[in-house]
Amino acid sequence: MSKESVIKGPVYVLEDNVDTDLLIPACYLNLVPTIPEEYRKLGSYALAGLPDGCIKFTSNSDGSTPYPIIIGGRNFGCGSSREHAPIALGAAGTKAVVAESYARIFFRNSVATGEIYPLESETRLCDCFKTGDLAELNIAKSTITRISDGKVFSLKPIGAVAPVIAAGGMFAYAREIGMIKS
Amino acid sequence: MTITEKILAKAAGLSSVKPGDNIWVNADILLTHDVCGPGTIGIFKREFGADAKVFDKEKIVIIPDHYIYTKDQKAHRNVDILRDFVKEQNLPCFYNPGTDSYCGVCHVAMPDLGHVRPGETIFGTDSHTCTHGALGAFSTGIGNTDAGFIMGAGKLLIKVPETIRFVLDGEMPDFLSAKDLILHMIGDIGVDGATYCAMEFTGSAIKSLSIDERCTICNMAVEAGAKNGIIAADEKAMEYVSGRTKKPFEALYSDDDCVVKAEYRYDVSKLEPVVAKPHLPDNKALVRECKDIKVDHVYIGSCTGGKLEDFYMAAKIMKGRKVAVRTLIVPATRHVEQGLFDTKIDGQSLRSIFEDAGVDPIAPPSCAACLGGPYDTFGRTHGEEVVVSTTNRNFVGRMGSKKSMIYLASPYTAAATSLTGYITDPRDI
Repeated sequence: MSKESVIKGPVYVLEDNVDTDLLIPACYLNLVPTIPEEYRKLGSYALAGLPDGCIKFTSNSDGSTPYPIIIGGRNFGCGSSREHAPIALGAAGTKAVVAESYARIFFRNSVATGEIYPLESETRLCDCFKTGDLAELNIAKSTITRISDGKVFSLKPIGAVAPVIAAGGMFAYAREIGMIKS
Repeated sequence: MTITEKILAKAAGLSSVKPGDNIWVNADILLTHDVCGPGTIGIFKREFGADAKVFDKEKIVIIPDHYIYTKDQKAHRNVDILRDFVKEQNLPCFYNPGTDSYCGVCHVAMPDLGHVRPGETIFGTDSHTCTHGALGAFSTGIGNTDAGFIMGAGKLLIKVPETIRFVLDGEMPDFLSAKDLILHMIGDIGVDGATYCAMEFTGSAIKSLSIDERCTICNMAVEAGAKNGIIAADEKAMEYVSGRTKKPFEALYSDDDCVVKAEYRYDVSKLEPVVAKPHLPDNKALVRECKDIKVDHVYIGSCTGGKLEDFYMAAKIMKGRKVAVRTLIVPATRHVEQGLFDTKIDGQSLRSIFEDAGVDPIAPPSCAACLGGPYDTFGRTHGEEVVVSTTNRNFVGRMGSKKSMIYLASPYTAAATSLTGYITDPRDI
């Protein structure tokens, strides 16, 4: 898990029911995330399922993304249990998703892998930001600020998974509490 | 407690649990396949060590099924990773492609092979693992990291879900199937209507359904965001399981006074066939409202709609008739494939009924085009095809092409549509 408590940069804005086929289409599931070069390749295919005509997400020349923050609506990450989805986002260089709500497995995979922070907004932020807007996300304060006018939006507290996120993922947490050997 | 709470309490060694509790639950079965198995193994080795042994080799079930009939080299490499791991760990429950043990789609094979038992916990690296709740198990989909954890530790930290109860009573009308029932329910509560919850299905209409049909209902619980779908084991389920496993098990049941988050009631005798229009499974419409939609092909297959009973329903409609559009038949498992020969309607095998109707050559069992997959996958869309499919998801690009339009339907509706080339209510055939 990225330990940065402040993440600053342009946002990529999506709406409701962003599904795992959009995040990483199934034709790329032949890549194995624990093989380093395939992990990087997964990053280059993040959001490859976006409909034609959308702004490209992985637009940097090295295949990474200029967007460290994704803003979404309700039910972000619905569909498959493919862990390739949060991994592709993390491998592309995204640090956090801020959405109104999450599909269960995507949220869990984000926390368990420590690839990205899955944060929940108090309000519908996909109507308050557009792709490319600069934002500053403060994890400790649970806020996201729209840089253009300084407007601050509050996020929900992380809740029961906070210790897992703080530890850096499922394995680190289980070691910390002695559930598995160090 | 509800059935889900009781199973989780038992698996955690606790006398009681309540929704919201975070508990360590022992796994009775860990299921994985060719798409997520290699990554799971990678995590297991990274975290537990190169020489680590799995927590219990009898409890690991590996069923490659996704990318089997393809020339994709990485897909073949991934199955080889599974083969090497199975050999290294000496795992007995591996169903090896290219050999007699290969079975096909994991969620249809799992109950049939006797890996599903009432009252047990099943974790699988596939969202449709919720299928196995149809036999009274707690069964849920997880990612590679959690699966790698279970592979070494045999347990997982999970949150006890609230339960939403669906009571379905009444007599099933002709040409209405379990797929219509679950599409009605998802359409009513929405694709996030059961997020983090257990969906428990009960009532006389559920009891009247076959095991295959119950699996269809629990299979799509994840399409409403649920953690698990579950149907308490009745005599029919107990008989099904007892014939397939030698391992003892204890079925559990919801208490009469258990607390649920919400309850929905249906009289199925009043329901009509439905489809889910593009591009979400909750985009419900009556089939008869879609009769002007022309389709390019019909797909009958997958863990949702590729079971023997699904093909029986389709064959009932197609018998003695000819298809008007390309029709693709993908039996989920080799057992289902054999069933197409052995199961007859008025003396004619299902396979012969399909062949006489003029379907495409029947494909070998696998997940095939349900999730698109490698470019050479059987039935994958590549253009602007309009597809009526018995599968589970109709997201943009789900079956391959981002420009194709997928209508999710029952086997009856899919078969009726294949005969006319337009979305067709099976009651009109």
